[in-house]
Amino acid sequence: MDMSLNKKALFIATGVSLLLISFVFYGSRKLQNFDPALIIYLFGTVFAFFGIVYRYTVWLQRPPTWMYFKRTFQFFFTGKIFLHVISFAKEFIQNIGFQKFIYPRGRSRWIGHFLMATGCTMAFCVTFPLTFGWINFTMNPATSINPSRVHMYEAHFFGFKMFEFALGSFVAFVIFKALYWCSWLVIAGVLIFMRRRLTNAGLVATQTFEGDLLPLILLLAIAVTGLGLSYGYEYMKGIAYDYMAVTHAITVIMFLIWIPFGKFFHIIQRPAQIGAHIYKKEGIKRGMAVCPHTHQEFATQLHINDLKIVTKELGFDFTLEDGTSHLDLSPEGKRSRLAMAHLKARQQNGGNLFG
Amino acid sequence: MPVTNYRTEQEFFVDMQRCIGCKACEMACSECETNGHESMIHVNYIDRAVTVQTTVQVCMHCDDPVCANVCPADAITKDEFGVVHTANTARCIGCSNCVMACPFGVPKKDEAYDLMMKCNMCYDRTSAGKKPMCATVCPTQALYYGTREEIAKMRPNSTPVNNFIFGKESVSTKVNIMMPKGSTSLIID
Repeated sequence: MDMSLNKKALFIATGVSLLLISFVFYGSRKLQNFDPALIIYLFGTVFAFFGIVYRYTVWLQRPPTWMYFKRTFQFFFTGKIFLHVISFAKEFIQNIGFQKFIYPRGRSRWIGHFLMATGCTMAFCVTFPLTFGWINFTMNPATSINPSRVHMYEAHFFGFKMFEFALGSFVAFVIFKALYWCSWLVIAGVLIFMRRRLTNAGLVATQTFEGDLLPLILLLAIAVTGLGLSYGYEYMKGIAYDYMAVTHAITVIMFLIWIPFGKFFHIIQRPAQIGAHIYKKEGIKRGMAVCPHTHQEFATQLHINDLKIVTKELGFDFTLEDGTSHLDLSPEGKRSRLAMAHLKARQQNGGNLFG
Repeated sequence: MPVTNYRTEQEFFVDMQRCIGCKACEMACSECETNGHESMIHVNYIDRAVTVQTTVQVCMHCDDPVCANVCPADAITKDEFGVVHTANTARCIGCSNCVMACPFGVPKKDEAYDLMMKCNMCYDRTSAGKKPMCATVCPTQALYYGTREEIAKMRPNSTPVNNFIFGKESVSTKVNIMMPKGSTSLIID
């Protein structure tokens, strides 16, 4: 594993992190709306942001990743990407929003993942703007001084009033307890996945604690301690509040700073799946590659040509003596050519079966 | 990986001249827990128009796997035993780079799953000291899993080869192919 510092990634990640800090500063109206109780979460988020951008930049520099990234931009600048806008939007909803591709792999697997993903996404939408001071709530002063009136609460975004709602109303119940719903979704999803990981023999054989089980434990700890914070003061007179607050902060920050390095990085990588689909669709328009052995179409010619470039960049050269490439063959063609080469070696050795 | 009983003295030996196309290995492969009950082995006719000869192909578990190198999502990894594992389901973006770049034509893309899947040498079994499913059922021992001493005794006129020449590229693998005695490599041109 290459452990050296990637200067390009360091430069970009530092720049983007500074930009985020400036957005936090100005988005919270020069910290007027910033909640100091969340400062530790802000540090964790900025560090996670730095790590994600750093890892993403390093990832993009790998030849195969860069090829896809480059092609996406080429399609964009030649106007081709606009032809794919509708399918992009459709796929984003299907594959990122609903993770449709997981359903054929197993129904309970999809339900578990969908619950976790929805819970986490909703929680991100609530907690990040709150931590950055982009969202804040204030009491409507006109209603707060009159005890006989219904108290109104105002929601602000970037310091601008968005809407107001009555305390004790259904809207207040839904908004104030938003993270409850997220936690319960995450807990249900984690339990489904934990059951799977503890009972599926194939997973038991190949999974790792830090790669597969720890992320679930971490999500569970975040969700349970998050609920514990609220239920603790609602039903336990706040007895466990300090413990819950500290544990929640530790688990959330562990989760945040681990995003770039562990399992959770797949959240950042997943949109590349849509890029790969667009690449394939665009390739089909340009023409298919035909296997010289099976004489069947098997992939886009764009894909095969790009792979020849990428493999050479990675130090592999599959150029054959006649100037063609082994990569021109379909997978079935390659298997057959291997068997034919084996037969040829046998024929050169007298032609008899050997044992 | 968890603590294992992987037996490093045991190796995989493939001899396609012995393949009779019975597809028992395909059935056995789909029993493997790590594949989610999908068969990962390939049995196909070499050139059906002129011969009934079939060929069998398992993952060769390359020392420097091309599939892992060309993966844009870092989804394929090789473990300390040299087993190249199937795509990490969370990371794989279904681009098929590995499918098209593997010189042995091994990885499969499951379109419904939008996922690459490949043989991981029955890791649930081999990590417990057992033999891969396909090798336990092959009636002609075109697929054999055991020690070098065992195969040398059984096939005195063969030599296991794990070096393959694809034009300008030389690929060495964990899995062996049985070749006429004295061979050092298999040249595919």
